[in-house]
Amino acid sequence: MTMRKLFCIALCCASTAIVGCGGSSKNKIAGSGPNVQPITVNAGPNGSSVNTAFISVNVCVPGSSSSCQTISGILVDTGSFGLRILSSALSISLPQQNAPDGNPVAECVPFANSLTWGPVETADIQISGETASSVPVQVLSDTAFPLPSGCKNLGLPSVDTLSTLGANGLLGVGEFVQDCGNDCTLSGPSNPGLYYECPNSNCVVTQEALSAQVANPVAFFANDNNGVIVELPAVNGSAATVNGSLVFGIGTQSNNGLGSATVYAVNSNADITTQFGSTCVSTSPCDSFLDSGSNGIFFLDSTTTGIPACSSGDGFYCPTTTQNLKATNDGSNGTSGQVSFSVGDADAMFSNGASAYSDLAGPNPGAFDWGLPFFYGRNVFTAINGASTPAGTGPFWAY
Amino acid sequence: MPRSIECPAFAFPIRRLQAMQISRWLALLVFFTPLSAFAGLGGDSNSVVTDQIHFQASLKTTQMTAFTVHEIHPQKGTVIREYVSPTGTVFAVTWHGSWIPDMQQLLGSHFQQLVSGAQAQNSVHTGRHPLNIVQPDFVFQQGGHMRAFSGRAYLPQMLPTGVHAEAIQ
Repeated sequence: MTMRKLFCIALCCASTAIVGCGGSSKNKIAGSGPNVQPITVNAGPNGSSVNTAFISVNVCVPGSSSSCQTISGILVDTGSFGLRILSSALSISLPQQNAPDGNPVAECVPFANSLTWGPVETADIQISGETASSVPVQVLSDTAFPLPSGCKNLGLPSVDTLSTLGANGLLGVGEFVQDCGNDCTLSGPSNPGLYYECPNSNCVVTQEALSAQVANPVAFFANDNNGVIVELPAVNGSAATVNGSLVFGIGTQSNNGLGSATVYAVNSNADITTQFGSTCVSTSPCDSFLDSGSNGIFFLDSTTTGIPACSSGDGFYCPTTTQNLKATNDGSNGTSGQVSFSVGDADAMFSNGASAYSDLAGPNPGAFDWGLPFFYGRNVFTAINGASTPAGTGPFWAY
Repeated sequence: MPRSIECPAFAFPIRRLQAMQISRWLALLVFFTPLSAFAGLGGDSNSVVTDQIHFQASLKTTQMTAFTVHEIHPQKGTVIREYVSPTGTVFAVTWHGSWIPDMQQLLGSHFQQLVSGAQAQNSVHTGRHPLNIVQPDFVFQQGGHMRAFSGRAYLPQMLPTGVHAEAIQ
């Protein structure tokens, strides 16, 4: 190691005390344990995924130890809440959730570029040594019940197949417990219309109690239920496969302590803020969030960044040379830390054939969506709303 | 300084008879108005009122130098802004809040461009990320995460002189 490198490390660690280290030091990834589930970033079950973190999940008919199935290729998503499984990936029959009047319940869930539709069912969910019993989950199917007009009016494609979802399911382990919250318990025009009752082929919007909503299973574990850590090694450019860990609990075991991680408290939307350039200034910073389920770093637009969008129009950036940039993340608790990140030519990456890229990025006007490239080389803690941790009550992120 | 007019349509008391007359008048207006005028995006300024009624919302209007912003506050909590040019065309819409509004209503005749654009992008690269459809006559950009979404849609060819996309927030 040269003196120059030693000096850089010393400088980095000195600055860690003030603003965090920016992820440049090597992060320690938990080995096997009762609260550790391996993560793999690879091409996934459809063979073409990019920057997508997969795990295996075991689901059982509630109370059964024999009607169980292990499903691999489930995407780990800190930007959503609850388990969603492709109907086509599910070989066991889970019990349908029924409304108090006996009608089956289905759900229409918006995401930024797609939606999920299908029945709400109930499962025991086992991941590593942790179990969540009788948790509502969504089964993705456009055929179990027909897509209602209120859901079609979102204008987004319903993803209910391996080729459109790119995974066998989504495991939402973000900061909220329920996927909708209080809004969906309301009647009339205040209800956002996620939950439907389907007495026949005509599904109608219904009120859904908090306890019946599709929910983050981590909050229902007996132990290690206050949050998760996504631990992935650094990626320098590209990699065919990346192996890491999803660790349950924050400060509950010897392998999930916060250590020197900086805590970034979030606002009521589970967002922090980011300062960047002349667009996201300190007096008017941009909304920002850490989302392992986004496959790139998505921020601002070509006009404000000067980085050209890809001519293919696929929603990514394609600079002629890799851009090395810096932004500052701020928590609502007053913490602040600089983030270094890179933006490369997305279309060149897509033709390269690897599965992990550290510099895949695209536009997202007015905001920062720190997707999976942000997680490479960091242990990112997600604390659940209302849960107590050694660093205080969630929700927060820490890294 | 922008001039603001608050109009909480469902907050101030209207006598029942008046309310019935208004709703009859609106029903007639809706019946006899050509389809394009219903549309939020690309429609005329009357469509702001149609959208306000559809979303059961209150309305706040702010006059800027080059356009007027009509801010619709639906009870669902997602704030919608409609940008109207001096010639009376809705050239842009934005939304911020927990959920995504009814895009069929908000985009009007441009709704199908969202449907086909989103479908096309998902079939090129399956993956989860913000939606960014950029066409010569239609731009749709939506991001965020579960329980917190934001986005904008605008018609590049309809932007008033001197107005850039950055003004649409």
